Amino acid sequence: MLSVSFGTVIWTTIAFLVVVFVLGKFAWPSILKSIKEREESIEDALQAAEKAKEQLEELKEGNEKLIAEARQERDTMLKEAREVKESIIAEAKEKAVVEADKVIAASRESIRNEKAAAIAEIKTQVAELSVLVAEKILKAELASKDQQNAFVEEAMKNAKLN
Amino acid sequence: MEFKSNKIKLLTQVSSLVLIGLLFLNSAKASSSESEEGGFKAGEMIMHHISDAHEIHFIGDVALYLPVILSTDDGFKVFSSSHFYHNEQHVENVAKNKSEHFYSYDGFVMHHEHIYYADENGSLSFNEKGEVANRVVTLDLSITKNVFGLFFTIFLMFLIFFTVAKGYKKRGVGAPKGIQSFIEPLILFIRDEVARPSIGKQADRFMPFLLTVFFFIWISNLLGLIPFLGGLNITGTLSITMVLAVFVFILISFKANKHYWMHILWPPGVPAFVKVILVPIEIAGMFIKPIVLMVRLTANITAGHIIILSFVSLIFIFGQQSVGLGYGVGVGATLFMIFMNFIELLVAFLQAYVFTLLSAIYFGSAVEEPHH
Repeated sequence: MLSVSFGTVIWTTIAFLVVVFVLGKFAWPSILKSIKEREESIEDALQAAEKAKEQLEELKEGNEKLIAEARQERDTMLKEAREVKESIIAEAKEKAVVEADKVIAASRESIRNEKAAAIAEIKTQVAELSVLVAEKILKAELASKDQQNAFVEEAMKNAKLN
Repeated sequence: MEFKSNKIKLLTQVSSLVLIGLLFLNSAKASSSESEEGGFKAGEMIMHHISDAHEIHFIGDVALYLPVILSTDDGFKVFSSSHFYHNEQHVENVAKNKSEHFYSYDGFVMHHEHIYYADENGSLSFNEKGEVANRVVTLDLSITKNVFGLFFTIFLMFLIFFTVAKGYKKRGVGAPKGIQSFIEPLILFIRDEVARPSIGKQADRFMPFLLTVFFFIWISNLLGLIPFLGGLNITGTLSITMVLAVFVFILISFKANKHYWMHILWPPGVPAFVKVILVPIEIAGMFIKPIVLMVRLTANITAGHIIILSFVSLIFIFGQQSVGLGYGVGVGATLFMIFMNFIELLVAFLQAYVFTLLSAIYFGSAVEEPHH
């Protein structure tokens, strides 16, 4: 055990050299390479996952932003619509008032015209009637000659005064 | 209910372990009963188990006889070790006043697993100091117990890592499956906890060596813990750990940059008289580092085996007083052995880790770039 046997040394040297070279050529390189490749692929996969997560986060943020924007736009649109509606109503009201005023003014005018016409007619008729009455009166008053003379005189007097 | 069934399961597991322990003792008893006084010699039994051998002794008479390969004066000789083990002989060692057993075959004798040329009588002889007088065989290239264990470890490594490599080829960057998912955390552990923190940027260059060393030591350690495998003690064999340490030393020396050599041969920022003291220390340190690696691993693994075998011996020492006492102590000792086996499982991993980590740190200091 504790003495060195030369034969064992020779066999061990041969055997160990064989195992180092055979495993070193056919086993270790492919094993170590595969392990390294696997580690790299895991690393890549993890990085890709991290990236995907980040992208998802970004997408989510974008979505939220988009939704917020849309909501704001809707709000502004609603507000605008309301304003437009109100302005239209106000305008319509204004227009209606102006129209109504116009109508009223026109009616007033026509009423006035009618009234004037009516009054004018009444005046004519009254004049005609007065003439008629006056004729009749005159006829009756001026039936005698004296009366005619008296009237003419009277009229002459009036005319002098004018 | 489930708790209860778990408890029963645990109980059956423990009792089966105790039974295995007792069986193990019987086999040890069979082998130890050969000693001449009939008494049990704990030291001999333990040394026998942790030493290298030319056979793998499973249980009782069942053994795997390994090939003996000798480089002799007449060229290479190859034969089965069964020839040795089936021809046991005894000879008197006069100087030590005891009978020694040895095996002989075809002009060779084997004493305590060392192979010598047989003397004129075809036997083993001792000098006046009681040492073996025979000429030792120059080179014993036998596939011994531990060399066989070494090959078995390498076979397992090929099996495991070719399967794993195939899994990676098939599944590519997909999730690991089966043995692949068991091995991958260990590979990642070596890379992320051992190589990269100790070596730095150039860590990947040393990964194949570090992985090979780690799994080689760990699997060898685990094989040594399996009972009935003839007590493999691969990483507890100095010859084997020495080779590992030499490889570490060679790699350090070949990969080292100018900065590393400058630190050893001409430490910067140090007065000349200190350099005189420091340089020899640094040069000695170059060699001490791998030697310490070697000794630590061998000592730890061997110590674990010795502790477990000591518990086994304890039973026999008491068993010689009375059989009842032997069985009584046996229960306690077996429980301790189970405990020790769990610790040894941890040590098996720990020592592989420590060897790999320290190698990585040495590599790291060898390739470190100056940063001042």
